Amino acid sequence: MSTETENRFQTALKEIFSTSATRTVLSVFLGFVVGAIFMVFSNEDVLKAAQYFTARPMDTIAASWSAIADGYSALFRGAIYNYERADDPVAAFRPITETLRFAAPLIAAGLGIALGFRVGLFNIGGNGQLMFGVLWATWISTRVELPFGIHLVVAILMAILGAALLGALVGFLKARTGAHEVIVTIMLNYIAANLLTYFFREESLLRETGGGGTPKSDAPAITAQLPKLLGEDYTLHLGFALAIIAVVVYWWLMERSTIGYRFRMVGHNPHAARTAGINVERTYMYAMAASAAFVGIAAANQALGATSGLSPSVDAGIGFDGITVALLGGSTAPGVLMAGLLFGAFKAGSAPMQVMGLSPEVLGIVQGSIVLFIAAPPLVRAIFRLPKPQKTTVLKDLVKRSSKGEEK
Amino acid sequence: MKTEVTPGMFSQAEIAVSKKTPIVMAGFTAIVLVFFGILGTGDVVVWQFTKPDDTFALPDFTVASNTIGLIIGVVLAAITAYAFVLVSQKKHPALWLSLVFGLLAVIALLSWLAAGNKVQFAFILSNAIVLAIPIALGAMAGIMSERVGVVNIAIEGQLLTGAFLAAVVGSLTDNLWVGLLAAMVGAALLSMVLATFSIKFLVDQIIVGVVLNVLVLGVTNFLYSQWLANDGKNANFPGTFPIIEIPVLSEIPILGPALFENRITTYLAFLIIPALWFFLFKTKLGLRARAVGEHPLAADTVGINVARTRFWWVTIGGMVAGLGGAALTIGSVGAFGRDMSGGQGFIALAVVILGRWHPFSAGAAALLFGFAIILRIWANQVSPGIPTDFITMVPYVVTLIAVVGFVGRVRAPAADGQPYIKG
Amino acid sequence: MKLELRGITKRFGSLTANDSINLVVESGEIHSLLGENGAGKSTLMNVLYGLYTADEGEILLDGVAHKFSGPGDAMAAGIGMVHQHFMLIPVFTVAENVVLGNEPTGALGTLNLDVARARVREISDRFGFDIDPDALVEDLPVGAQQRVEIIKALARDAKVLVLDEPTAVLTPQETDELMEIMRGLAKSGTSIVFITHKLREVQAVADTITVIRLGKVVGEAKPTESAADLASMMVGRAVDLEVHKNAPVLGDKGLTVTNLTVVGDRHDKVVDDVSFTVHGGEVLAIAGVQGNGQTELAEALVGLRGVSSGTIHLGELDITASSVREVIDAGVGYVPEDRKKDGLVAEFSIAENLMLNKSFGAPFAKGALIDFANRDRIADELIEEYDIRTPGRDTPAGKLSGGNQQKVVVARELSRDLNLFIASQPTRGVDVGSIEFIHERIIQTRDAGKPVVIISTELDEVAGLADRIAVMYRGRIVGIVDATTSRETLGQMMAGVSA
Repeated sequence: MSTETENRFQTALKEIFSTSATRTVLSVFLGFVVGAIFMVFSNEDVLKAAQYFTARPMDTIAASWSAIADGYSALFRGAIYNYERADDPVAAFRPITETLRFAAPLIAAGLGIALGFRVGLFNIGGNGQLMFGVLWATWISTRVELPFGIHLVVAILMAILGAALLGALVGFLKARTGAHEVIVTIMLNYIAANLLTYFFREESLLRETGGGGTPKSDAPAITAQLPKLLGEDYTLHLGFALAIIAVVVYWWLMERSTIGYRFRMVGHNPHAARTAGINVERTYMYAMAASAAFVGIAAANQALGATSGLSPSVDAGIGFDGITVALLGGSTAPGVLMAGLLFGAFKAGSAPMQVMGLSPEVLGIVQGSIVLFIAAPPLVRAIFRLPKPQKTTVLKDLVKRSSKGEEK
Repeated sequence: MKTEVTPGMFSQAEIAVSKKTPIVMAGFTAIVLVFFGILGTGDVVVWQFTKPDDTFALPDFTVASNTIGLIIGVVLAAITAYAFVLVSQKKHPALWLSLVFGLLAVIALLSWLAAGNKVQFAFILSNAIVLAIPIALGAMAGIMSERVGVVNIAIEGQLLTGAFLAAVVGSLTDNLWVGLLAAMVGAALLSMVLATFSIKFLVDQIIVGVVLNVLVLGVTNFLYSQWLANDGKNANFPGTFPIIEIPVLSEIPILGPALFENRITTYLAFLIIPALWFFLFKTKLGLRARAVGEHPLAADTVGINVARTRFWWVTIGGMVAGLGGAALTIGSVGAFGRDMSGGQGFIALAVVILGRWHPFSAGAAALLFGFAIILRIWANQVSPGIPTDFITMVPYVVTLIAVVGFVGRVRAPAADGQPYIKG
Repeated sequence: MKLELRGITKRFGSLTANDSINLVVESGEIHSLLGENGAGKSTLMNVLYGLYTADEGEILLDGVAHKFSGPGDAMAAGIGMVHQHFMLIPVFTVAENVVLGNEPTGALGTLNLDVARARVREISDRFGFDIDPDALVEDLPVGAQQRVEIIKALARDAKVLVLDEPTAVLTPQETDELMEIMRGLAKSGTSIVFITHKLREVQAVADTITVIRLGKVVGEAKPTESAADLASMMVGRAVDLEVHKNAPVLGDKGLTVTNLTVVGDRHDKVVDDVSFTVHGGEVLAIAGVQGNGQTELAEALVGLRGVSSGTIHLGELDITASSVREVIDAGVGYVPEDRKKDGLVAEFSIAENLMLNKSFGAPFAKGALIDFANRDRIADELIEEYDIRTPGRDTPAGKLSGGNQQKVVVARELSRDLNLFIASQPTRGVDVGSIEFIHERIIQTRDAGKPVVIISTELDEVAGLADRIAVMYRGRIVGIVDATTSRETLGQMMAGVSA
């Protein structure tokens, strides 16, 4: 092998390892490592064994290993396939359907936040928009009677519309007054949460029929519930299909359509966009509305996917999780889909971990660590000694020639 | 759109003064007049300015609720009219006018809420201050980092870290001072992560901040349920700092007990706010810090190390936020609870902007939120019929109006949020 | 102080910005560093000033080698610099800016601004600068800000003063005053490095000239050499400094501006009762010192800025209150003055940038979708036609050189059916080859019978391209004169004296 070809091979290898896909996989791996460390150091057996570590170090190591194995195998059983119930296929395969059910709102909310990122907006108000969507959808699903089919469609549309309106309000305020969307959305989160609680508390509004003092709504009418996809044995409902449709719509909107092109233009350089005849303020408004509309699909999942009454904690923090989903997914359609599935698996896997006596909150740490590593490419590169992102030398030479002497 | 035009070069066009202030005032005046005055009840309100055991007890003030509403409503209407006159003469209504207006509106609100009951003014004021401390300290941390050009969304995580470490370390070592120190160091370490990522690795500052919040919430939640919940006696039972009465000063009527009967965390906040003002605006270090936040390249060209300045201001800001977190636990209730900061870090972020990156104004804005928190608790006690969800909403709505209506285009440090990349 | 640079090499990745450069500046000498945009002048000076660390080579002051790890070291060694883009904090006062980094302090590190004020007054008086130490920098005119920069350097006892393109923002008169100051400083023993690409200024003030091209020193010259010789040294080939054009063939009224007033962000009339007409087939140049309202005038013409009073007509069409998009649809092409900020999206590919203001209909859009086939085909055609040097249409625009970026903007704007072409600073920060190309295209547009408006602060460019010249001063048009008007007259008009 000549040095020439060897170099080329090395370059190719470097390029593979410096891609974001590799980095993402490694970040996920590192996140699990961090989670494992927390599991080990909070495990009683490990701590007991560690007291005589110098005498019998293998005990500590074995205990550590079993702590990690117990934790992550519980996660696997809860999120993917329950091999302990292999005798009963329905039970054995239920976990993966649970993962999909939990993933649906995360994917939808993740798409919404991702859209904001692409337009240069940080929509930290997913939670508020979700609650606003829930409010509207619940009104339709519990206070309005409509024929089968139409009822569900109207309720879904209301969830989307409600969320989108709150998003549009943020965009409008930003466009009209220059108020920063981060502050506005944070404030609207609190306002929407209190508003929802108020509606769930007031008998004349949305409170559970005959309910007591705790704020709670009725269960959505049967005609407004998202139908089960896989029969009554599984809880997976149409909401997941909505999320998948949302992924396709998002991809089409952002990558293929001229609207998405203008969204991205404003995101990269609002000044150039303005000069190119684009109404940047209006684009912010549309983008915030579109961002919130995707969150509204998450709201439909939460409001209409339930079979019992809703409480004010119906948001389940999905608006905030959507931020991490969007970051992990790199704000692309396939990325958000994968990230949503991963974090959905975390949610599905929580219950079996709880049964094991292990706090499922360790998954919150895993989730946070993954996104931290994703956000800091240099850190992952440093840990794994990966090369810096490289372009082929051909490209570099050309760029060098064309930008000769370009000064900073 | 920024241009290179310099003022004084061109002839001036006529300036139109915004009518926002008087319009908003008119709205509030209408609410006070109609709801608190005309539609208000005639039940009497007792304003108690001092506690009975105070050295200088002031007499209570008793009046019908709707009378106060009417009287204040009329005064507010006069102020509103005056503001309209000012605007029509192309003058900006002064800040003190808005402050007086706000104060009167609050008195009307309290009198309305407490119809048939008492307004324990000293109680409300002293609690508002205590509740404002974590927010104020979080805001100081925000100011310190934003003044050097680093947006700090991680205040929430820093407060939570401080609250957790203060309680746990204070409990384990049985020494609150060690707990306080741990809180400050822990939050400072978190700040160092923020600083390193945003300054060295040039990662988007807002994203790092959000991620750190998620991470801290995850870690404290996990440790709480896995450890503190089971071993609370040992690991989460720190107690609180004693209340120190400052002689003489604490006997000043009304203000004395509120200001000078507090825990050490509150006194530290009283010291930190003016100290930060002094350092920022009166010292060499402050001048350099502000230069870095306004125009890092210019600061670099006169030999100021931009990265180092940013790093240390953000880090020390973290210590201040850690102190704020400690104020939530060992400076107030003692034990740590899940997600105990409950979004106060985000409120602090809003306070930074409301306070226009100035320590004193931010301190005042923090007090507004402290007041709002105690108002909710108090309103629940004096008039249980009021939908507390709406009272809870008030500070957020007020912030929203303030941000949207008045400080929307306020000038942040010019390089806020921008990484500095050296050639 | 004698300054000597030996074998300075500075690389950015694979790009060598400075290639073993040698330079000797004698004590009390005005040494001009001449080179075109992107030749490596600023990089060299940033190395000297400690902002960049050289990969190779050394810096000697009075024969002693120095290593600068930051500007602080360079300043301590006696080097001062007046940057092209002022390094002043707009919200600080003059005194605060002058002492920043070198603050006189009292107890507890408190600032002693009285000492700072005294220092500013002392230097200001010594050179007759007339600067108020308590004025906010953002409130000062550009010329005064430059003096603050000089005071800043002198307050640090600079023995070597580097001036980086200092005349870009000055009127010809202010330029003369600056040259007086430079001579005075040199006489008092300060060595001056004067960076510029303007031959005329070099000839007027320099004692010695070093010419840099593509990161290398290509030779020394004396100020007595002819402009043509200096130019060919600078560019590396014979340069034709003239713009060749025929007499204009005037068509109908293209653009009519009547009593236009535009109010700026600070409620000042940045465009003040301006009227002019441009016919088809002629180039009207708007000359003036930066910041006299030309930018705002251009922005008002294309709909980016609201108009307070007056009208703008394109032929018969009133576009006074039109949105940017309506103006674009009416056939107005616009090259903004800051292409990186307003003209391009650096992260977008060349192909995407070439459809920036055309995404609403054919040929780039098909319904709600981008027509990728058309987009790519048109991009390839324009890259060919406008000689855009790039690896391909998918290269991000940010990776291109200034000249090629500008060609992308010009290609986009000229490839539409135009009724008016407006170009603001069309050749700022562009290499000579691209300048020639862009000038040629502008003249072609004019010869095709279109009305053309050029806004430029470079008198040479104005004189070369224009058929008529309107000079702006403090928002007003001082006069509209023939292109053959002398530089001296134009200079006086730029300072507000009516023709």
